[in-house]
Amino acid sequence: MSEAVFVELLSLSSGIVLLTAVLVLWRRELAMVIRVFAVQGVALAGLVAVLAVRESSAELGIVAAGVLILRAGLLPYLLGRALTAAGPQRRETRPLVNVAASLLAAAGLTLLALAVSAPLVALAPSPATAAIPVGMAVVLIGFFVLVTRRRALSQLIGFLLMDNGITTVGFLTTAGIGLVVELGVSLDILLAVLVLGVLTGWMQTAFGNTDLDELRELHD
Amino acid sequence: MSLAGVLSALLQIALVTVGSPLLVGVMRQIRARLEGRAGAGVLQPWRDLRKLARKQPVTPRGTSEVFRVAPLLMLATTVAVVAVAPFVTTASVPAAGADLFVVVALLTLGAAALALAGLDTGTAFGGMGASREITILALVEPTLLVAIFALSVPVGSTNLADIVTSTLHDPGRTITPASLLAAVALGLAVVAETGRLPVDNPSTHLELTMIHEAMVLEYAGPDLAMVELASAMRLSVFLGLWATLFAPWGIAADAGVGALALGTGVLVVKVTALGAALAAGEVFLAKLRLFRVPELLAGSFVLALLAVVASFFFA
Repeated sequence: MSEAVFVELLSLSSGIVLLTAVLVLWRRELAMVIRVFAVQGVALAGLVAVLAVRESSAELGIVAAGVLILRAGLLPYLLGRALTAAGPQRRETRPLVNVAASLLAAAGLTLLALAVSAPLVALAPSPATAAIPVGMAVVLIGFFVLVTRRRALSQLIGFLLMDNGITTVGFLTTAGIGLVVELGVSLDILLAVLVLGVLTGWMQTAFGNTDLDELRELHD
Repeated sequence: MSLAGVLSALLQIALVTVGSPLLVGVMRQIRARLEGRAGAGVLQPWRDLRKLARKQPVTPRGTSEVFRVAPLLMLATTVAVVAVAPFVTTASVPAAGADLFVVVALLTLGAAALALAGLDTGTAFGGMGASREITILALVEPTLLVAIFALSVPVGSTNLADIVTSTLHDPGRTITPASLLAAVALGLAVVAETGRLPVDNPSTHLELTMIHEAMVLEYAGPDLAMVELASAMRLSVFLGLWATLFAPWGIAADAGVGALALGTGVLVVKVTALGAALAAGEVFLAKLRLFRVPELLAGSFVLALLAVVASFFFA
């Protein structure tokens, strides 16, 4: 793969990763948010695949396939099932920060990510490390979703966004964290989503909704 | 400016003046056909303009010069933009350059003049329309400026002619992430600025929802004709600017007869295709609640900002 094509594909896939993170903040319908999250998984797998072809490493290729299956297939499927279990409320109706303000906050967080990752990029300037701010921005936006959304499923998606961001930074900085480490992290994530999905279902049956702000008081 | 430049500027003015009511007619016809109506025909906007222009000029009692000057100012700023923008050929751009910021400022000046005229009438509708228009303008302007900034970073200039020339020399530039993000952001800004769905419904006179129509409610006769013509021309200019920035193929580099004919044909095709896509898309859209519009525009602003970030860091 020539240098120009590599840079083009790398910036395209990291651009999609960042754009989908913003779209998660923008859209209210949870079904749509899950679909956007799946697109982000595809873009992330594409990013890893581009790196794999660049390094011509079979191990990275396998990791890319694993990322695709987990983050674009399995996790959106589990989230979709949790959404069906969560009852009739399928929208994030009133986030703590309104959508327009949270979009502006996303813009601010992106700039913050650029500022804090400048020293990291300066360590080894290359096309791959130039995209580190994207991963940082996705981590920050994921954390923002986690903090400001009320529904359990939205918070779960925020957590997964953070993980996507961390994975992006990991691949861009080290070009491969090793198959075993990646496998361990993936299993962790899968387990967390399974447990939280079950928890969401239980909350629905126990309290009738999944608005976490309602869970402030203790009951007998 | 050379003689060829002046001639091509005149050609652009003539083309946009004659063509933009036809564009509005085509868009209305497409909507009508998609909605299962026969439609009034492509020439209907021109018939309306002729009818209005023949009427006797009337102005409401108590209005000042602001009300009378606004249509002229709106038309004049639009014509000035058409004259210098490289729609058909880059030869029409004066030697000093057609700065994108100046182009946007001129177009905004026309919109602001109309909003002042709406306030000047002193009616409830005029004031309401003006306040809504200014709210949307204030939210659209940052998006426009930041998106333009994103486009000018790789070129190193905000001159329209430079941007077009460098994109023609390097066609790969139009499919970079920065350019795609800027295209979407600028597209949303154009929809909001020209008052199309989902921001404003151009075919309604329902008092609760109208924005543009509320401001021009007190105009009649030739003044109304001028306002209608100017807003049709603004629509063509915005669509033309979008096409020029993101699909500049076919724009002539000189003022030869063949190149000009080709450039004219390509411009007509591009703007008509964009207008048709806009009209077809509108059939499937409902108007957003006014309080949801800032959300849409904040989204387009974020896209524009990401475009700037992308053009700085992935270039």
